[in-house]
Amino acid sequence: MATDLLNVVEATQYRDDLPDFESGDTVNVHLRVVEGEKERIQQFEGVVLSTNGAGSGRTFTVRKVSGGIGVERIFPLHSPRIAQIDVRRRGRVRRSKLYYLRDLSGKAARIKERLRQ
Amino acid sequence: MSTGIIGKKVGMTSVFDDEGNNVPVTVIEAGPNVVTQVKTEDGPDGYDAVQLAFGDKKEKNTTSALQGHFAEAGASPKQVVKEFRNFGEEVQLGDELTVEDFFEKGELVDVAGVTKGKGFQGVVKRHGFSGVGMRTHGQSDQQRHSGSIGASATPSRVFKGMRMGGRMGNERAKIKNLEVIDILPDHNAILVKGSVPGPKNGFVELYKK
Repeated sequence: MATDLLNVVEATQYRDDLPDFESGDTVNVHLRVVEGEKERIQQFEGVVLSTNGAGSGRTFTVRKVSGGIGVERIFPLHSPRIAQIDVRRRGRVRRSKLYYLRDLSGKAARIKERLRQ
Repeated sequence: MSTGIIGKKVGMTSVFDDEGNNVPVTVIEAGPNVVTQVKTEDGPDGYDAVQLAFGDKKEKNTTSALQGHFAEAGASPKQVVKEFRNFGEEVQLGDELTVEDFFEKGELVDVAGVTKGKGFQGVVKRHGFSGVGMRTHGQSDQQRHSGSIGASATPSRVFKGMRMGGRMGNERAKIKNLEVIDILPDHNAILVKGSVPGPKNGFVELYKK
């Protein structure tokens, strides 16, 4: 009974309008940013390094290289601030956490495309 | 005034508020509570109070004295019975109270409960001492010790109340001014911001400000 109620609360938080993606995929995250009165959309495109957690607290990490500097952002998956997620490319990787990409650059940091599911 | 209700801690999770912030919440299953006794200043008790009961238990596990007490209110046997002094609302014996009767989204509440027992703990955890602080300079085995506990020949004793190691937790604590994030009347549940004392399935009291 007790944990059921916890699931009931978490179920109210879930979003079902987002596409499935996993580590190694390249995604474009559209984020709602409020600046004073105005709201605009900010985009962040990069490789999904990892997903963490379960339930309504699930997060994912996106890494991109911007001007030669690696930038990573962690997004709560079910956040209402995420307007949209586009999956640009499916990547074929052999592990769930791609932290090794931080030490690679250029050609070595490429990820093969996953053609079949 | 201490209008309140008895509840059971279900556990913690997080929800998103209207601005999209991720807010940590504790889910409390509160009610329905039954009014098992109403005491009045003019009556035999000599003070104003309302006694509430919450959580079903088996009749065979209830003493016959309590069985009679619950039968008077027309209620089934309950696990916890708590008295609230100077109850703010008019209630009758046998009334069923639920969360949405008293609380609303956005208001501040106090939550009281019995904290988790931590056993025998040293001064660093129990009183927040920082330890002696060094591994070298002669401190061979003193890293989490209290240091000096007083002077020598004068006063030749340790003052009462000196903070030392000992049993920690398993004591009543009240957390004040927790914001009510949401109320789910269908499930008798209330979501308050932050943590509350006690383990999961522990009983807590919610007090209206």
